[in-house]
Amino acid sequence: MATDPLVIIGSGLAGYTLAREWRKLDATTPLLIVTRDDGRYYSKPMLSSAYTSSKPPDAIALSDAAVMASQLNAGIRTRVTAEELDVAAGTVRVEGVVHAYSNVVLAVGADPIYVPVGGDAAERVMSVNDLADYANFRAAIAAARHVTIIGAGLIGCEFASDLLSGGIASAVIDPAAFPLSRLLPAEAGEALADAYAGLGVDWRFGRTVARVDHEGTRLRVTLSDGEAIVTDAVLSAIGLRPRTGLARAAGLDVNHGIVVNRQLRTSGDRAYALGDCAEVNGLALPYVAPIMQAARALAPTLAGRPTDVAYPPMPVLVKTSRFPVVVAPPRPGVTGNWSIERLDGGMRALYRTEDDRIEGFALLGSATAERQKLSRELPALLD
Amino acid sequence: MRRWYCLICGFIYDEALGLPEAGIAPGTRWEDVPEDWVCPDCGAPKSDFEMIEMIA
Repeated sequence: MATDPLVIIGSGLAGYTLAREWRKLDATTPLLIVTRDDGRYYSKPMLSSAYTSSKPPDAIALSDAAVMASQLNAGIRTRVTAEELDVAAGTVRVEGVVHAYSNVVLAVGADPIYVPVGGDAAERVMSVNDLADYANFRAAIAAARHVTIIGAGLIGCEFASDLLSGGIASAVIDPAAFPLSRLLPAEAGEALADAYAGLGVDWRFGRTVARVDHEGTRLRVTLSDGEAIVTDAVLSAIGLRPRTGLARAAGLDVNHGIVVNRQLRTSGDRAYALGDCAEVNGLALPYVAPIMQAARALAPTLAGRPTDVAYPPMPVLVKTSRFPVVVAPPRPGVTGNWSIERLDGGMRALYRTEDDRIEGFALLGSATAERQKLSRELPALLD
Repeated sequence: MRRWYCLICGFIYDEALGLPEAGIAPGTRWEDVPEDWVCPDCGAPKSDFEMIEMIA
């Protein structure tokens, strides 16, 4: 009897990175990758830095599905939905066809959080969560002079910065008092806001978007305090929510993300998860570095050598290229205080515990050069 | 000779070219690039790079 395939659901960075790592260890077991997308291989962080790196949307992808299928010795089914996972039977149904698997990996990613707005052009609010979205967004802003961004988190700030590289000014709206409010102390967020205010980013803090209406050929965004902004496009970048529907319907444990242990195993046999959909030991980290760590542990686990994932310190780069930010937030539940030092062209913010250990940092501008040195002083996220 | 791609910013390290301005001679294999080397464009560590074969 032929061996059932490893089935990977999802063709983002998580799915493809795992497939590459696993193929290095197992050249013969069949591999089936199913994806809602077109199966092109690309790195999602590139979507919010394409202008800065002078890449048109078509140049962001490194390979198409056919090339990936050949490199990975895999079957890749594109533009299909995994409809049902039956962990007891060890099968997944895709477009009505039931596939038995040896192991299944959920690498299904996350959905953008969408907060409904009023107005007669509410449907014009866009989000960018994959390469196809990004192509649509670029088409929509081909002649734009001004874009309004909802949300001053990592993605909102990166898009504001990248649009500047494309010659497009922006307004950024957020209910918090400063950008990156979940990651940075106030002084650091304010320094970032100041750096970009002078370059063409028009921050609107402490407010939300109430309505989006047509205004001739343009759009009018009305804020919660009544202020109106005339703009050419509206991008929602509020945050991500792990895609957990398939896992939940299969009866797997789900918290914020799909709950997995240190071996990336879900509560079901032979069912694993990694990437933006997964919550590893309580940590749901939608960044590149955790995907690389998870793929390098899950590949040997799937090849028969169970391996715990380790998370070293993983500072996150915010690609605000004119005033970059590298941030390593303190671990949840660890208390301490920020100390702030202003430097020539930057800022160093260190989060110290009561016993004077460095638990986190935020480095801005010129201080980002200290990233490597300070990272060595941080505790591992998962030993 | 292979090429390595920074998943954060898209920078490409080409083994054939090396990075002479960073003291890495042409022909330096990825394995021989120092572990504390970081992406010259975005500062990402070596572990955030991946070997790629690009179309055409």
